[in-house]
Amino acid sequence: MKELVSLINVFTVLSLLAVGGGSAVLPQMEHEAVAVHKWVTPDSFAAIYSLGQMAPGPNMTMVGLIGYKAAGFAGLIVVLLAFYIPSSLLVYTASHIWDSFKDNPWRDAVQKGMAPVTIGLMLAGVYAVGKTASLNLSRDMTFNLITLAIGAVVVIVLFLRRMNPALLILGGGVVGWFFLRAGTTA
Amino acid sequence: MSDPGPKEIFSAFARIGITSFGGGLVAYLKDEVVERKQWMTDEEFLAALEIGQTLPGLNSVNVAIIVGRKLCGPRGSLVAALGLILPGAVILCLLAALYVRFHQNPNVAAALAGIAAAAVGLLMQVTLKIGAKQLINPRDLLLVIATFVLSGVLHVSLLATLFIVAPVAIWFCRPRKPATP
Repeated sequence: MKELVSLINVFTVLSLLAVGGGSAVLPQMEHEAVAVHKWVTPDSFAAIYSLGQMAPGPNMTMVGLIGYKAAGFAGLIVVLLAFYIPSSLLVYTASHIWDSFKDNPWRDAVQKGMAPVTIGLMLAGVYAVGKTASLNLSRDMTFNLITLAIGAVVVIVLFLRRMNPALLILGGGVVGWFFLRAGTTA
Repeated sequence: MSDPGPKEIFSAFARIGITSFGGGLVAYLKDEVVERKQWMTDEEFLAALEIGQTLPGLNSVNVAIIVGRKLCGPRGSLVAALGLILPGAVILCLLAALYVRFHQNPNVAAALAGIAAAAVGLLMQVTLKIGAKQLINPRDLLLVIATFVLSGVLHVSLLATLFIVAPVAIWFCRPRKPATP
């Protein structure tokens, strides 16, 4: 029960702070879930994040799995509700009154000003997941070189041509299976 | 054309919820709502997107809430968001069950490590793409770095980070009176 309350607290706050999308709250989510509350290990956080990339729908639905790890099925439901309801209520109410702000010059200032902040938070999100998934100091060098290479190739390919990211994720799995088997058994 | 009921809205959004592998949900939403069903015009959709992007929360879910409300009030919002989220949540649970069952198998562990590495690349690319303008503007870059260090490295809470950085950021872009000639 205590765990459920902490889950609600953490994910309600994350819901309302997700400026510019879900990736912005990844660093704080990783910190809370791994270091503060120890709901998941760093490895399973990275695994949960990548499972979220493989499923259709909003990729942040993966937060439910953190809840499941922490408190079973009740945790899953509670986290999904805590993560989606507060921001949804806010946007529901705000879309009613939005028109009255339409021509307020500060609205533009908020939107432009927050853009770099969102980018900074997203970079911190890359770091939060990447420090386990891409550059993991507890693994050997070959392993890290391969994971970094996979990430770099994904970045380059996506800049060069439009393609469904799900295929790249799948490709990463195949490459990982082929090259990383030795590394994971050792 | 009469407005659709909750059932139609749910099934339209659930279609997206099932088929939208690989992210980029906003494009799927526009395709369904504007092109296929013609429930909204381009301009109406863009207005909804603007609100959805400005306010906290996932852009796709926020847009679903707004579109749902326009079509069928609170019930419309509820079924639109549920339609978008539920299918993926179910599939995610199945994937998680497979993960728990097989993650110690070295083949699966290796594939998952590759998948995780690719997922990081994906997030990196999205960040670079939408941040291209901010990353080459020195003033914006300063804000990007400050936010990254506070939140990512020093683990300052997100709320505190926003309290520190957001006022500065918004002040930089404050509305100015047009220069008098």
